[in-house]
Amino acid sequence: MEIPLIVGAGLVVIGVGVGIGKIGSSAMEAIARQPEAYGKIQTAMLIAAALIEGIGFAALFAV
Amino acid sequence: MEKLLGEFSFGLFIWQTLIVVALLLLLRKFAWKPILNTINDREEGIRSAMEAAAQARQEMQNLQTDNERILKEARGERESLLKEARELRQKMIDEAKEEAKAQGEQLISQAKEAIESEKQIAITSLKNEVADLSLQIAEQLTKETLSSDKKQTELVQKLLKEVDFKA
Amino acid sequence: MKRTLLVLFTLSLASNAFASSTSKEGEKKGSLKDEIKAYVQHHLKDSHDFYLGSYKEAGKKHYVGYIGLPVILWDNGLHYFSSAKFKHGKAVVQKGSNYYKLYHGKIYITDADGSIVYDADHHPTNEKPLDLSMTKSVITMLLTALFMFFLFRSLARSYGTNGNIAKGIGRFFEPIIIYIRDDIAIPNIGEKHHGRYMSFLLTVFFFIWFLNLLGLTPLGINVTGNIAVTFGLALITFLLTNLTANKNYWAHIFWMPGVPVLMKIALIPIELLGVVIKPFSLLIRLYANMQAGHIVLMSLIGLMFIFNNWLGSSLSFALAFSISIIELLVALLQAYIFTMLSALYFGFAVEEHHDEAH
Repeated sequence: MEIPLIVGAGLVVIGVGVGIGKIGSSAMEAIARQPEAYGKIQTAMLIAAALIEGIGFAALFAV
Repeated sequence: MEKLLGEFSFGLFIWQTLIVVALLLLLRKFAWKPILNTINDREEGIRSAMEAAAQARQEMQNLQTDNERILKEARGERESLLKEARELRQKMIDEAKEEAKAQGEQLISQAKEAIESEKQIAITSLKNEVADLSLQIAEQLTKETLSSDKKQTELVQKLLKEVDFKA
Repeated sequence: MKRTLLVLFTLSLASNAFASSTSKEGEKKGSLKDEIKAYVQHHLKDSHDFYLGSYKEAGKKHYVGYIGLPVILWDNGLHYFSSAKFKHGKAVVQKGSNYYKLYHGKIYITDADGSIVYDADHHPTNEKPLDLSMTKSVITMLLTALFMFFLFRSLARSYGTNGNIAKGIGRFFEPIIIYIRDDIAIPNIGEKHHGRYMSFLLTVFFFIWFLNLLGLTPLGINVTGNIAVTFGLALITFLLTNLTANKNYWAHIFWMPGVPVLMKIALIPIELLGVVIKPFSLLIRLYANMQAGHIVLMSLIGLMFIFNNWLGSSLSFALAFSISIIELLVALLQAYIFTMLSALYFGFAVEEHHDEAH
């Protein structure tokens, strides 16, 4: 049975969602632990999230 | 992916690039450079003002410590002056007292001397008087010519009563 | 107690509503769905004309506030005319010996009758002229650019007249400019080199932000959701990164220091790919976020008409409203991320010393 491409894209999106969620949650914890490092943590979080997001787009546009 | 490429409009891309590059250059010349320069200048100004303020504060502190030192010195000086004056006064009083005392003593001794000499004079004059008196008594006695022993004694007694040894 | 009653009441109404809506003839609903789908599709695309709204009356489509925009074509010579001449794709425009027709937002070369030949997938196979038209997006970008120019020039001028203190609306934008300098440019590029890139970062940030916000207005001009626009922006980032890069940057691509020779050779294609992928991810991210936001928003608005009852429609209204608020945030966030990642790439390009552990 052939699996439609869109299913794969959905799986990738799930993975990306989990990944970005994890980044967000760790960033929140880090900020709670060190509120003074808020700016640095936020920047690092956004960069990491952006890189993962890129994979999601690649999957979406492959469909 | 084909969908993406199908959506790509070359005309829009050309226009967009033109607009953004033109906007970039115009804004750089007319907005960003003046704005950033002003912000930098202002920050520089604030920084230098803060530094100046800190410096002024430092200077003021220095001045204050200087003032305090000067004040302390002045107070010390006044203190020493007062002390000196007090000493001087004491000395003057003492000296005056001393002098007065000496003078008094001198006066007393002079008075004593004067009294002594007066006394001597008085004694001398008394002696002379006594001698005179004695001579007069003797004269009288002799005048009575020794008429009677009784009379002589009476006379002596009478004369002696007349003489007052007061002086 | 009151609340329980309310919930029960709502639930009963909801079941009624769903029952009634499902009982309606499916055929009519299908056509409405298709119409909304076509409308959303149309909205997402750039267009050659501008109108505030349209409605159908007696099978004829009427347009409100229609403005024809200049069409500029390069097809063995320059042709220009107003897009009103296309009559929304119904008329064929003749210029010289060529005939042009508007079909689904694109201009095709046709014969005098305006016939369009389709392939198996129902895509037109007609030839297309080089279309340099001032489309809706181009006009919007021009207006945004003008607005930005006057806005920031007035800010720059207000310094002169007000003793180096911003006046009016500039008071709102000045802290943003300072934020971009202090929290985006300097940490990512470095104190020494950030000055060179400030103009680009500021321009791009405000350009994307304003266009994103414009896309959320009822005019709904989806400029940053056009791949050509984001491609243009990312291309400038790409060119700036690679044209201003120093020796260190190229050394890291072609001869990565601190790794064995075999690794160095293996890393060359990966690093080269990275050079392209970095700006590519920029362009795709902005495009996809704006596109997705508009699709979701438009679909929710469309849902109001599909439900066509007070519960479902008000629910989709509430949802559309909250998504709109999130989109406001996304508009700013995407501008921020584009600017920040651009700054990060510039930082890679001008980085000077490097840890050996890298």
